[in-house]
Amino acid sequence: MRRVPAVAWTGLIWLLLLTMPYWMNAVGGYTELASRVLVLGLAAMSLNFLLGFTGVLSFGHAAYFGLGAYGAAMTIKYIYPSTPLGMLVGVATGTLAAMVIGALIVRLRGVYFAMVTIAFGQVFYFIAFRWNSLTGGDDGVSGWKRQALDLGFTQINILGNDKAFYYFVLLCFAVAVTLMWLLLRSPFGRTLLAIRENERRARFLGIPVERHIWLSFVISCCFVSLAGTLYALLSNFTDPRALRWDQSGTFVIMAVLGGMRSFWGPLIGAAIFVVLQDYVSSHTENWMSFVGLFFVIVVLFFPRGVLGILRRKGVA
Amino acid sequence: MTQLLLFNIFNGLIVGAFYALMALGLSLILNLSGVINFAHGGFLALGAYIAYTLIPYVGFWGGLAIAPFATAAVGIVIERVLIRRVYGRDPLYSLLLTFGLAYIFEDVLRAIWGAQSVPYPIPPELATPLSSEFFFLTGYRLFMVGLATAVVIGLFLILNRTRLGMRIRAGTADLETVSVLGVNVRMLRTLNFGLGIYLAGLAGVLAAGMLGLQPTIGTSLIMPSFVAIIVGGLGSLPGTLLGGLLIGLASGITTVFFPSATEAVIYVMMGLVLLIPPRGLLGEEGRIQ
Repeated sequence: MRRVPAVAWTGLIWLLLLTMPYWMNAVGGYTELASRVLVLGLAAMSLNFLLGFTGVLSFGHAAYFGLGAYGAAMTIKYIYPSTPLGMLVGVATGTLAAMVIGALIVRLRGVYFAMVTIAFGQVFYFIAFRWNSLTGGDDGVSGWKRQALDLGFTQINILGNDKAFYYFVLLCFAVAVTLMWLLLRSPFGRTLLAIRENERRARFLGIPVERHIWLSFVISCCFVSLAGTLYALLSNFTDPRALRWDQSGTFVIMAVLGGMRSFWGPLIGAAIFVVLQDYVSSHTENWMSFVGLFFVIVVLFFPRGVLGILRRKGVA
Repeated sequence: MTQLLLFNIFNGLIVGAFYALMALGLSLILNLSGVINFAHGGFLALGAYIAYTLIPYVGFWGGLAIAPFATAAVGIVIERVLIRRVYGRDPLYSLLLTFGLAYIFEDVLRAIWGAQSVPYPIPPELATPLSSEFFFLTGYRLFMVGLATAVVIGLFLILNRTRLGMRIRAGTADLETVSVLGVNVRMLRTLNFGLGIYLAGLAGVLAAGMLGLQPTIGTSLIMPSFVAIIVGGLGSLPGTLLGGLLIGLASGITTVFFPSATEAVIYVMMGLVLLIPPRGLLGEEGRIQ
């Protein structure tokens, strides 16, 4: 098969994203589902910044995702009803937590790094779960709504209009993804790849490996907390499940399913996962078995992901 | 107050023993095969449910004796069919695989035995308090502590005195050399996995009698077990044991003074341990970096 140039693929992806609310209904979806794909796709791509392009496995990214969600929800509910302010606080909270925890774990590698990220992820789950008076405990933070965007000369109603909200999410997604893409093309990004390929050699070249991994971790968590704020805005609600360990696993499987060695892979993985989950959970009560089976099948039969397979066949 | 404190210290010690049993199994598998077994909590719950099903026919003691072995048998089958395929691959894949298995376990257990908590019978001769002043000192609790201690001693005897244990320890240090010396590494990993799952099953049977039995019983115990391994020091089994008991005690004592921090305190301990060298109480520094 003839090889399709990368520019064409990128163009196609942006075209599909720009028009998604208009064809989603035709293929049996709905606009909110399209927004979900974007939000979780952003989360998976952020995770992949660390996983696929730095070679470090974090299994606790839901913590920062959830912190973003809680930061946004609680700011809008208790402090000041403004969508951008909520998002700012959410992202700041998630990033700050990542800075502290990143510093504690950056010396660990491989399976141990994964284990410690899982365990630390649970701290925030228990805080959200237990601190009833502040976080609403198991019931989560409800009773608030995303606010219309005030641009000074006009207001954009992202609350009542699903499509307007979708394009707002797409704008955030585009900014975040472009930033990640630029970072990966920069000397810093190339250094991350060098660490992924051969950490020892990178160290011998005088690269401060720990500092780079820490930075990559913080950047990745910063974007994942942005996704978290959007996730809370999407449903006007958040609860402790947004930061539990199974959510972290979902991000990882999305990245692997799409193809973690490619930039767009995790978005594709997220799209497949979200649509499948939506379908399965509306048809059966045993969706957990399906999700579990899905994990097993991906690991055993599609470890390179969709894009990995396409690349092998020479299409992409 | 003293009584309450003593009660919670004792409780913490028992819960710590569950953590330790579970974490020892996890550690065995992690050290030899490099697999974090996310499904360990599922095996724990399975052990408890098997015992629950057997008790009407073979009694409490029969269930206690048989269920952990039955669980280990299931574990060995799953290791042979599935987990073996991800050995030597990026740890990412073993995590995802066992993660998926954990999901399936919980769902299947719920489908068979129901989502509700079921009452787990303990023999009446163990259920009564031994003294009216220290009401928490029931025979069952003392029995749990005793049995856990015996099992841990047994485990260390197996590891230090038998040929299998020697091979497990050697394989943990350098699997390639052990393989070259003619040890069947595939079999070694399977037996080691079975041993780890046996401990999980046993912990499940014991825990069900104290915490009540529901499909999520393992999920609530697995995270603290990870913490126990990290606090104790990666790569060290005595460290894992110590870590489990310590975090159990710590959360028991915290319950008295600041109940809402019962879970959080163990993660604070983990943070401290990671902050201060040698990063893990008895671990080998070489495991880090």
